[in-house]
Amino acid sequence: MRALSLRSLTKTYGNGVQALKGIDLDVEEGDFFALLGPNGAGKTTAIGIIASLVTKTSGKVEVFGHDIDTDLESAKACLGLVPQELNFNQFEKVSTILVNQAGFYGIPREVAKQRMDYWLQQLSLNEKREAVSRTLSGGMKRRLMIARALIHGPRLLILDEPTAGVDIEIRRSMWEFLRRLNAEGTTIILTTHYLEEAESLCRNIAIIDEGRIIENDRMSTVLRKLQTEAFVLNLREPLGEPLLLPGYRVVATDDHTLEVDVNKDQNLNEVFAALSARGIEVLSMRNKANRLEELFMRLVEGRDVASGERKAANGEGA
Amino acid sequence: MSGSGTGAVATGAPTATEVRNRRRRIGFSTIVIREFSRIIRIWGQTIVPPVITATLYFIIFGSLIGRRVGDMGGFTYMQYIAPGLIMMSVITNSYGNVVSSFFGAKFGRHIEELLVSPLPNWLIVLGYVTGGVVRGLLVGFVVSLVALFFTHLHVEHFAIVAAAVLLTSLVFSLGGFINAVFAKNFDQISFVPTFILTPMTYLGGVFYSIVMLPDWAQAASRVNPILYMVNAFRFGFLGRSDVHVGLAFAIMVAAVVALFASCVWLMERGTGIRD
Repeated sequence: MRALSLRSLTKTYGNGVQALKGIDLDVEEGDFFALLGPNGAGKTTAIGIIASLVTKTSGKVEVFGHDIDTDLESAKACLGLVPQELNFNQFEKVSTILVNQAGFYGIPREVAKQRMDYWLQQLSLNEKREAVSRTLSGGMKRRLMIARALIHGPRLLILDEPTAGVDIEIRRSMWEFLRRLNAEGTTIILTTHYLEEAESLCRNIAIIDEGRIIENDRMSTVLRKLQTEAFVLNLREPLGEPLLLPGYRVVATDDHTLEVDVNKDQNLNEVFAALSARGIEVLSMRNKANRLEELFMRLVEGRDVASGERKAANGEGA
Repeated sequence: MSGSGTGAVATGAPTATEVRNRRRRIGFSTIVIREFSRIIRIWGQTIVPPVITATLYFIIFGSLIGRRVGDMGGFTYMQYIAPGLIMMSVITNSYGNVVSSFFGAKFGRHIEELLVSPLPNWLIVLGYVTGGVVRGLLVGFVVSLVALFFTHLHVEHFAIVAAAVLLTSLVFSLGGFINAVFAKNFDQISFVPTFILTPMTYLGGVFYSIVMLPDWAQAASRVNPILYMVNAFRFGFLGRSDVHVGLAFAIMVAAVVALFASCVWLMERGTGIRD
């Protein structure tokens, strides 16, 4: 069954900005799905429409088969949202926020308290249950929003940049938590600017740019489209003179560091062999960016290049 | 879900309609409890100031100046203005509660907690408005207790008192909701109470009978809906009114229906919250 289905979804704001230009998207039940895109691409607008925070201009949205135009209450009951911005009452206690949210979904207070105990335990917020929410740290506030989104047991959880601004330790623990949640059956849609996060967690991916889906496939399939990977090599001795490796683009960023682009039909053994032949010893090596990040940048930069070419062809100024 | 009725009865599981109705019932009570908790949590802003204001009115207008005014239609001036002062506190607090609570929820973005939930818009409006009515009646009750320190409150028609105060509180709670929907900053939630509501209340027969006014002022007063509310309420206490009580109730009922429909329509459109 499809957890989410979008058809020809458009949104034009009152100021004329066309945030979505006809999006089609399907997310299957049980999936862990990444929705990526640069700032202003339309991700948050799309999520806002799905969660009824933004009114769509046209198109169709179904959540587990419930059309939001004809069966909105059922669609909303299936959905949990962790928004990008903090949106709980900063003057209320953690426990009040969670029990009230459960109440908005028709869960009696006694049941809500049991569920609150469970999710606070799961998200390591147990000792903060009676704290006023504004006193929580940034990471705790994010986790509170996750607990709030889960209190009614949604089948589809949408997280809009849930790890923005939290430290790496909390981010990793949130990843583990989300993996467990997905393994237990919750469909998850994630937007993030940490592409390592998307690559690590998600099985399917859509990239949205300027209000259109420009890529939508399995994560592994998308990553295979990456033609070139860039590697950074740290050298033991400083480079004496400019280095040329036939067939490879090599840039020395400083005396001890080389950046090498390796195409899909090339291999690193050749690079190392060529370096050894020149007496250059490599101490360590890493990807310049993670693979998804490289692909993402190329897709988005490709759009900029194509757009520039179109403008030039049309005689438009910068 | 809608097809679950037949099988559900056999297994004792609730039908989709029962689930929806239970969700609405619990959701509504949750909004009202949250609003009531807010009123109590910030009692220094919600309960105390109107009581102090009303006490000052009773002392200055009722006790000090009132003694020199003499009788008003067979009642002491204190007895005459007491219903009006109670009504004034109900109006101000009903309006103020909803406008500040709903705008605060918009400003702090926690209105989104309700917008993403499966509660229908009319129920969200009803929840907030009930919160306004609760505060209006609570403050009205406390001000009534204060009034008893200054005068004897004789109730001529209890049902009319109850109906008038409830309808007035509903009207101004709904008005506060509309103000909050359109407001974009804190200035815009204080504009209507300061520049519209307060003058209308003062000129709505709280402190005087309009028969004391020249004809043109009487005619002008009759387009002020607060005049009808105050007089209907006063009729419940004293058995006298400057306006026809039936007309007063017709105006209040019509206002409640029209304002509630407007609130729900604005929520459905997403005005001020989904744009």
